Amino acid sequence: MDFWNAITLITNYILIPGLSYGCQLALGALGVTLIYTVLRFSNFAHGEFMSFGAMVSILLMWYFQSLGISVYPLPTIIIVLPISIIITISFCLLIDKFCYSFYRKNNSQSVILLIVSIGVMFFSNGLIRLIIGPDDRNINDGERFLLKAKTFKKMFELNEGLAIKMSQSLTIIITLILVTFVFWFLNKTKTGKSMRAYSDNKDLSLLSGINPEKVVLIVWIITGMLACVAGTLYGLDKSYKPFTYLNLVLPIFASAIVGGVGNPIGAIIGGFVIAFSEIIITFAYRRFLGYLIPENFLPETLMQVLSTDYKIAVSFLILVIVLIIKPTGIYKGKLI
Amino acid sequence: MFLNASKISCGYDKTKIVENCNIFLKKGQIASIVGPNGAGKSTAMKAIFGLLPLYEGNVFFNNENISKLKPQERVLKGMSFVPQTNNIFQSMTVEENLEMGGFIRKNGIKETINQVYDLFPILKDKKKQIAENLSGGQRQQLAFGRALMTKPNFLMLDEPSAGVSPIVMEDLFKKIIDISRQGVSILMVEQNAKQALKISDIGFVLNQGKNKFTDSGKNLLSNSEVRESFLGG
Repeated sequence: MDFWNAITLITNYILIPGLSYGCQLALGALGVTLIYTVLRFSNFAHGEFMSFGAMVSILLMWYFQSLGISVYPLPTIIIVLPISIIITISFCLLIDKFCYSFYRKNNSQSVILLIVSIGVMFFSNGLIRLIIGPDDRNINDGERFLLKAKTFKKMFELNEGLAIKMSQSLTIIITLILVTFVFWFLNKTKTGKSMRAYSDNKDLSLLSGINPEKVVLIVWIITGMLACVAGTLYGLDKSYKPFTYLNLVLPIFASAIVGGVGNPIGAIIGGFVIAFSEIIITFAYRRFLGYLIPENFLPETLMQVLSTDYKIAVSFLILVIVLIIKPTGIYKGKLI
Repeated sequence: MFLNASKISCGYDKTKIVENCNIFLKKGQIASIVGPNGAGKSTAMKAIFGLLPLYEGNVFFNNENISKLKPQERVLKGMSFVPQTNNIFQSMTVEENLEMGGFIRKNGIKETINQVYDLFPILKDKKKQIAENLSGGQRQQLAFGRALMTKPNFLMLDEPSAGVSPIVMEDLFKKIIDISRQGVSILMVEQNAKQALKISDIGFVLNQGKNKFTDSGKNLLSNSEVRESFLGG
């Protein structure tokens, strides 16, 4: 029984939260990677695009709530996603038109575009706080749990409970659908292949008659969609606070780089690597060990490698380790 | 004349590299541009395809003045270009490379891919392989194949034998003859002047950006002055 308690504890506090956080990072990193491979710059504003998407979703959700529309037990925010995706894509395209396209046409170095993206990040952050305010908001109005810890305890007669939040299961399902779609699009459709061709060899793709403007349009459509969904799911899972998205940029970039810069599969893997490392390193193992070793051997401390305050630092740690050992990332990506 | 680049001058920025040069060929011919390093061979070729602006002169294709057209628009007219380097999509499979070559076409891509496979059987065997993993000669064949996907009637090759072994080079030249037999006119720039002139109907020897000799490939090969100065005796 103690063994199963330990397993349940790990599943409840590491496996499931790691999976859903990993999904959120993977979606973000996939967006960053697409922009990097196609437009050749690191888009630091991506976190704010996610925040923007989440904000639009919340505004629409309030509107839907005021109309009395609800999809209980699912949270209302899920049904507004298609509309907020379209609005987020329009925002991305506007930003591209007024900020990025000028530098792209001048063939600016990618570092200049990176700095432009930092400007865009601060602008979007300000805009978002101006519209919705800086407060922390809980946006989950659906059923909170798919599986309650109490029910699980009764079912298996264990001390430890396993809880699966609605937001976590939605995150995992929606990520699966979206990632499958993106990979299908990139590998099977003519437009997706032309995007890969453009990012592989721009000059040759122009010789083959691939229209660069169309490629740019498509990459923003996909990025906007990914950002909106990732941002909304992150807000749904935790809570929505504009400032947290500023911090989210760091683990997202770490994921993209750890996985292999410019490699979409790498971005997904990187997302999970970073998510699980953050959680594994900041988890307190005392209770877990308590089930497995006799009480008098149990150490006094919490058995925690780093306090949760250092969560962000963990992604940097992993980043440094990967760059030292395998500079191209886990999946062979471009050297930066 | 099928292609006639008359009195063209071009270069990079304001440095004139090619001056008052004439390059021309008839339908179905193989033409090569040869000459020492830095003679402006590749520069002239790029200007003919529109990758570099012309300072002076005009390019006529099928009796139409195409001097002002973008490279993409020239592709639609039936021209196709194989660059010297970076001439394939490295991260994509052989088949995807060919598909992308035919990007502007609406239909009939499958048949053209099969025609390319008939011409280069090795590509058919490796169609699912990532292009990065091909050997030098195979890459060059894939680059030819990609360029042929638009069904051009005029193919331009920039140093097709650069960086491949002599045996592979011979094989590539055979392929070039095969392509021309299918009714595609060919203009190429070559370092290996002797081999190129052997299969050329017309050859242009450039030196310091100017036409030095223009004659049939055979005559150039037997011209003692050309042999001594440009073909290494």
